[in-house]
Amino acid sequence: MRSKGIAIPYVVWMAIFVVVPLILVVVYAFTNRSGGFTLENFASMSQYASVFGRSFLLAFVATVVCILLGYPMAYFLARERGRLRQMATMLIMLPMWMNFLLRTYSWVFLLERNGFFNTLLETIGLPKLDIIDTQGAVVLGMVYNFLPFMVLPIFSVIEKMDHRLIEAAQDLGANSAEVFRRVIFPLSLPGVLSGVTMVFIPSVSTFVISRLLGGGKSLLLGDLIEMQFLGSAYNPHLGSAISLVMMVIVLVSMGIMNRFGEGEGEAVVL
Amino acid sequence: MKKNGFVSRLFLVIMFLFLYAPIFVLIVFSFNDSKSNAVWGGFTLDWYLELFQNRTVLDALQTTLLVSILATVIATIAGTAAALGFSSMRRRARTACLTVNNIPLTNADIITGVSMMLLFVFAGQVLADLSAWLNELSVVESANLWFDFEFKLGFVTLLIAHITFDIPYVILSVLPKIRQLDPNLAEAALDLGATPMTAFRKVVLPELMPGIINGALIAFTMSIDDFVISYFTAGSQVSTLSMVVYSMVRRRVSPEINALSTLMFVAVLALLIIINLRQARQEAARARDRRIAGRS
Amino acid sequence: MAKELIRLQDLCMAFDDEPVLDNLNLYINDKEFLTLLGPSGCGKTTTLRIIGGFTTPTSGDVLFDGVRINDVPPYKRQINTVFQKYALFPHLNVFENVAFGLRLKKVPDAEIKERVMEMLEVVSLKGFENRKPDALSGGQQQRVAIARALVNRPKVLLLDEPLGALDLKLRKDMQMELKRIQQQVGITFIYVTHDQEEALTMSDTIVVMDKGSIQQIGTPEDIYNEPKNAFVADFIGESNIIDGIMVRDKVVKMYGREFPCLDGGFAENEPVDVVIRPEDIDIVPVEQGQLVGTVTGVTFKGMQYDIIVDFRGFKWLIQTTDHSPVGARIGVKIDPDGFHIMKKSQYSGMFGDYSSYSEEYDELSDVEALDEEEAQEDREEGYEE
Repeated sequence: MRSKGIAIPYVVWMAIFVVVPLILVVVYAFTNRSGGFTLENFASMSQYASVFGRSFLLAFVATVVCILLGYPMAYFLARERGRLRQMATMLIMLPMWMNFLLRTYSWVFLLERNGFFNTLLETIGLPKLDIIDTQGAVVLGMVYNFLPFMVLPIFSVIEKMDHRLIEAAQDLGANSAEVFRRVIFPLSLPGVLSGVTMVFIPSVSTFVISRLLGGGKSLLLGDLIEMQFLGSAYNPHLGSAISLVMMVIVLVSMGIMNRFGEGEGEAVVL
Repeated sequence: MKKNGFVSRLFLVIMFLFLYAPIFVLIVFSFNDSKSNAVWGGFTLDWYLELFQNRTVLDALQTTLLVSILATVIATIAGTAAALGFSSMRRRARTACLTVNNIPLTNADIITGVSMMLLFVFAGQVLADLSAWLNELSVVESANLWFDFEFKLGFVTLLIAHITFDIPYVILSVLPKIRQLDPNLAEAALDLGATPMTAFRKVVLPELMPGIINGALIAFTMSIDDFVISYFTAGSQVSTLSMVVYSMVRRRVSPEINALSTLMFVAVLALLIIINLRQARQEAARARDRRIAGRS
Repeated sequence: MAKELIRLQDLCMAFDDEPVLDNLNLYINDKEFLTLLGPSGCGKTTTLRIIGGFTTPTSGDVLFDGVRINDVPPYKRQINTVFQKYALFPHLNVFENVAFGLRLKKVPDAEIKERVMEMLEVVSLKGFENRKPDALSGGQQQRVAIARALVNRPKVLLLDEPLGALDLKLRKDMQMELKRIQQQVGITFIYVTHDQEEALTMSDTIVVMDKGSIQQIGTPEDIYNEPKNAFVADFIGESNIIDGIMVRDKVVKMYGREFPCLDGGFAENEPVDVVIRPEDIDIVPVEQGQLVGTVTGVTFKGMQYDIIVDFRGFKWLIQTTDHSPVGARIGVKIDPDGFHIMKKSQYSGMFGDYSSYSEEYDELSDVEALDEEEAQEDREEGYEE
C-alpha cells in the first residue's frame, strides 16, 4: 500500500495539463505571431492601464464589501444554536447549485429600469434608480456570487474555535466586546485571509459579470483576456501577456497579505 | 458567546434573502406565461414541456452530465490514488506535488482555461506539422500512405480540462483522511491474515470513504457549475449548459432554461435533504450507543 | 515446557543508518510469557514488529519452529498482534472485528459465530457484539483487540504496550486478566512495555533491553535480585549504586570500610559497582551504624518513608517505616545479603545517585518517556514529520 508508484499517473497528468500550459502562457507572452522573442506585448499593454486599474479597484471594493457583510454573517451564524447552525454550511452553498450565469442574469431583471426593485421603490414613493449597466451593478454581481466563499471559511474557523478560550478570556476579565476584539477576531483571521483570496481572485478575473451586469460598458481584465483568445481581437500573445501580468500582481499581493497576516496576529486586513 | 439578538437575526434574514432572491425569481418565472422575465403573465407549465423538445438545451444537458460524471469518476480514482501515493513520498517530493496541486485551486479560472486552450491548440499544431512532415518523407510517399493527425477542441479536451481541475479537490478531501488513518489498522488486518490488497479493500478504503465521497461530490459540483474553463476548452462543436446559457444571455434567455434550472435545483435540494436526514439519523444512533457505553 | 518456538539470530536493524538493534540473539519458549522491557528507543517495539513481520531486519534471521520466516509476510504467520492503540476497525462492530480473521480464512458462518462468542466469553465481553468500537470504554476496546487476535488460535500473541492507554486501576486489573487469559489459552505471549512493575507482575521471563542490545535475560526474581549491570539495577526498582572494590571473595570495600557480602568470583581488588536496594538498609543508632550519614530529605509514601541520606557527598535512598527528621544524623546497617556486586560496565557511574531525587522525578521522566516513545514510533513508521 505504501508505494509512491500510484501517484505517478497523477504527477504526469498534472505536469502536462497544469505546468506545461502555464509555461506556454509565459512563452506566448514573450513571443510574437512569427515566434520570435519580443517585449512588445508588454509594451502595448500600457493602453489598457485603465482596465487594470478598474479591475483591481472593483475587485478590491467587492472584497471589502464581502468582508463587511460576510464576517458578521459568519459570526452570527456561528453564534446560533441548534438546527440553523448545523444547516448553515448547506444553506450558504445551496444557491451555488443554481447555474452561476442564471443567478447573475436574474439580477438583470431584479435591477432593470422596470424591474422588481424599481417597482418596489416606486410603490413606496421613491425615485427609480439606474443600477443596471453601472460599475455598481458589477460590484453587486461580484459580491453576490462570491460572498459564500467569504462566509464559509470564516464560519468554519469561528465554529471550530475552542469555547474554553472564550471562557478563559471572560475569566480574565474581558467583556463581550473585548472577547471579540482580543480573542475571537484575531483567531478568525486565517478564515478572513482565505476568504479574501477566494473572493478577490475570481472578482479580478471575471468577464461574465461585467458583461451581464455592466452592459459591456466597463471593460475588465477578464473581458480583455477573453477577447484576445475567443473574441474579435484575436491575439493570444497579448492575451498571454495580460494573463501573466495579472497572475503576477495577484500572486505578489496575496503573498504580501499572507505574510502580513501571519506576522501580525491582530493586524486588520483592511 | 452571547445568543443572537433581534438585530443580528434580522441581519441574517436579510443576507439569506439576498442570497436566495435571484433563485426565487428564476423559479417563479419558470411558471410565467409570458416570454418576458420581467412581467408576470399568469401560471403555466409550458416551459417545462418545451424544455423536453429543445434539442440545444437537451444536448447541452447531456454533455454537461456526461462530462461531469466521467470527470468525477476519473478524478476520484486518480485523486485517491495520488493522495495515497503522496503519503508515502518523502517530504520534499510531497511538498512539490502539493504546490502543483494548489495551482488550479488558486489560479483564476480564466487563466486555467486560457492556458489549457493554448496547450490544446499548440498540440493540434504540432500534430498537423508532424503529419505534414511524415507525408513529405519519401518512404511514406512510396508506401502510398497519407497521415492526417488531427486534434481539435471538443469533448475530449473539455473532459481533460474538467478532470484536471477536479483532481485537486479530491486530493484535498482525501489527504486529511489518510493522515488521520491509524497506520496500525492496515497492519492489524495483515496480522489477521489479510493480503495487502484485501487489507486495503476491507479496512483502509472504508476508512477513507467519507473523504472520497466528499471529494467526488465537490468535484461533481465544480464540473456542473463550471463555465469559464469549459468556455475556453470546449471549442465550437460541443456546448455545456452553462455555455448555452451564456450564448442565450447575450441575446435573450428563453424561459425553458429557467425551467431546467428549477428542476436541477429541486433535484439537488432533494438529494441534500436525504443525505442530511440520513446523517442526522446515524448521528442519533451513534450518540445513543455512546450514552450506553458511558453508563456501563 | 522448555520447547523452543522462536529464535532471533544476530538481528540487526537500522533506520536511515541509525542503528536500532545491534546483534540481538534471543530464543523464546513455547507457552511462555516473555516481556521485552526497556526505555523508549531501546528497540523493543522494533523487535516485536520484526517477529510480527511488519519490519524486515537489516540482517540476521527470525526462526519459527526452526524455520526461517524472514520473508514470510505477516498475513501468513501464525502470530497475531494486539496493537498499542488497539487498531480496532472503526467501521465494524465488535462481532465483525473479532470475526475479521476467520472470515478471511473462509471459516463457515456457524463456526465463526461459535468461536467469536466463545472468545468474547473469555474476555468477558458477552452482550457487546453489536457495539461499534467508539461506543466502548478503553478497557473494553482492549479486550476486543485481544479477542480479535486470539480467536485465530495463533501460536504466539504479540502485545505492544497494550495497557499504556489505560488508567492505573484498570491497568492493574488487566495485568491479572492478561495473565489469566495466557494461562487459559496456553500459548506464548510476547509483551512489550517500559513499565517495570508490569513486567515483574506478569512475566515468566523478562528481557531487559537498552540501546538496541539485550542487557539481561531472566526470571523476574533474577532480574530484581541479581541485576547484571547498573542499567538493569536502576531500571528495575530503586537502587543505590556505589563504587566499591572487591577485596576478596565475600568482602567488599567502600567508603574505606570492608563489608561482608555473599558474592564472589571477582579478581582480587577488582573495582566493582555495589548495588544496595533501599529496602535492604536498616536504620540504627549512630554508634551501631556501619556508616553514618545525614538525612537531607523525607517523603511520606504511605507504606513507608523515602528518606535521602548523605554519605560523604553521595546520596542514598532508604525506604523505612521509621521517621527520621531532616538534619538528623543516623547510622545504617546492611546485612551481607543486602549487597549485590556487579562488574563495571558502560553504565557505571551513570545511575544510582539520588542527589537530584524529588517526588516529581518519576512522573516527569514517565511523561518524557511517553513523548519520546511516540517520536520513536513515528521514525519507525518512516514518517518524517
